[in-house]
Amino acid sequence: MTTTVSTEAGGRTVRKDAPGAARGSRRRTGRLRRAGLPYFLLLPALILELLVHLVPMVIGIVMSFKELTQFFIRDWSTAPWSGLDNYTVSVDFDAPVGEALLHSFLVTVAFTLLSVGLCWLIGTAAAICMQDTFRGRGLLRALFLVPYALPVYAAVITWVFMFQHDNGLVNHVLHDQLHLTDKPSFWLIGDNSFYALLTVSVWKGWPFAFLIVMAGLQNIPRELYEAAALDGAGVWKQIRHITLPSLSAVNQVLVLVLFLWTFNDFNTPYVLFGRTAPEAADLISVHIYQASFVTWNFGTGSAMSVLLLLFLLLVTGVYLAVTSRGRRTSRV
Amino acid sequence: MSDSPMAQPSSFVWTRRVFLTLLTGFVLLPVYVMISSSLKPLADVSGKFRWLPSGLTIRPYIDIWSTVPLAKYFGNSLIVAGAATVCSVVIAVFSAYAVSRYEFRGKRVFTVTVLSTQMFPGILFLLPLFLLYVNIGNATGIALFGSRGGLILTYLTFSLPFSIWMLIGYFDSVPRELDEAALVDGCGPLGALFRVVVPAAIPGIVAVAVYAFMTAWGEVLFASVMTNDATRTLAVGLQGYSTLNDVYWNQIMAASLVVSVPVVAGFLLLQRYLVAGLTAGAVK
Repeated sequence: MTTTVSTEAGGRTVRKDAPGAARGSRRRTGRLRRAGLPYFLLLPALILELLVHLVPMVIGIVMSFKELTQFFIRDWSTAPWSGLDNYTVSVDFDAPVGEALLHSFLVTVAFTLLSVGLCWLIGTAAAICMQDTFRGRGLLRALFLVPYALPVYAAVITWVFMFQHDNGLVNHVLHDQLHLTDKPSFWLIGDNSFYALLTVSVWKGWPFAFLIVMAGLQNIPRELYEAAALDGAGVWKQIRHITLPSLSAVNQVLVLVLFLWTFNDFNTPYVLFGRTAPEAADLISVHIYQASFVTWNFGTGSAMSVLLLLFLLLVTGVYLAVTSRGRRTSRV
Repeated sequence: MSDSPMAQPSSFVWTRRVFLTLLTGFVLLPVYVMISSSLKPLADVSGKFRWLPSGLTIRPYIDIWSTVPLAKYFGNSLIVAGAATVCSVVIAVFSAYAVSRYEFRGKRVFTVTVLSTQMFPGILFLLPLFLLYVNIGNATGIALFGSRGGLILTYLTFSLPFSIWMLIGYFDSVPRELDEAALVDGCGPLGALFRVVVPAAIPGIVAVAVYAFMTAWGEVLFASVMTNDATRTLAVGLQGYSTLNDVYWNQIMAASLVVSVPVVAGFLLLQRYLVAGLTAGAVK
């Protein structure tokens, strides 16, 4: 890449001799225009972000203070204000609505921690294993990226087929071939659904970690490894003392992104279980979707979404503060 | 590490071999199920799972087009994902150029705000956006809800933050002297962008386009709420095979394969750009 850039440079700098007289005036008008230019360039992105993300977010916060049921969908501004009612309903953990939300929240936290941990572990291990060149490495790398490249619904629907009770691969292998279970298990309902969801999520998510760590590894200077090898450090030591510490900046962002994506993931559980998720795998985004669209109670759904956002903001803030400080002290 | 003077201990070599083999199996299992089941007769996928088909048939690949209007969904997905990609890339190029080349007030606020939209739960703005589109439609007659336009608009903002972020890093790696030379040559700022910076950053732009297309092609949540019979995309349309009385698993697998091929093929062809783009842009 750098080579294309430098040849470009060579080609362009030849024609550098612009008339000097015209340059002065052009630069003055140019500077005037330039003051507004960056804003002009940012305008389309700003308008779209405002329209699709920020304005709806504000509307969502307003909605969470309204009694917004199916009767007010046509003209939601006429819905009566309800103060904090939607919030008190959501966090009243003794009542059914709040209890279900708390349960869903806890399931999501457990699921996210496990999924992010496994995705990171597998992705990093695979990236380190493939740091060397060996025969078939390019092919293997392409294969490993397939789960990431597949559209979510196509991949997850295949897993749905594999998890079928009567004609699925998983039961065929575990029960018919390995005789590990007494009778074929149900994977998409009941307690097992948590593990089914986790499996699919890790299968789908680890290649992203692999991709990012692989990119991060390319920025580690080879001299470090060579120096360590001369000092007599073996491969395991090199991984522990060079590779992993060098990845800390990459990991800081990677883990956060994985966490947010997994926590907010809707596509995987929705395709895996349909509109109503089993209790053991009732992830929060599907839960809120159900609370809003199945029961048409948008006010409570919005309040739950706002609470979710506040939680994510809090976690992100604390995470960034802690990891940034950790990295700064470790560098000193 | 490969050229390091020290030979790798066999413990490392064996751990690596076993781990990579197991991982390959895990990754390929669903792919195998998808491909093999799509070539099986219906009896094979309705009864006990079989590793090998009792007989190969291409029947599912013919039937998928008539069981549900797959071609229509396919067309809708192509239009939506294609348009969202083109718009997203063009807008991201402008924004990244502004951030990379100019100092202006509010620069940090802009980048932080745009990036932080990535962390919003989709469900938070799904409901308001749904109402917003319905109300815009009622007020102005511009049909955003249920139309491809609304979906394009929504999807392009999904890939925008990450695209801008990645392109900023990419544009930063293009030497400033290049566009300064172009400016001196008499190009306007936009001329410098399109004649110098963009050509030098093609791999990054390709990577961003791949990412934007995949994002739009695979999205389920908004597609399930914001489309109707005429504008349904593959993400929702594929569920049509399983809502029928009999679940035609062989057809579902065939259809999944058919809708995956364009993205997976494109991704695998262009993945080295994505890796290079991530190395230059995101991971720094």
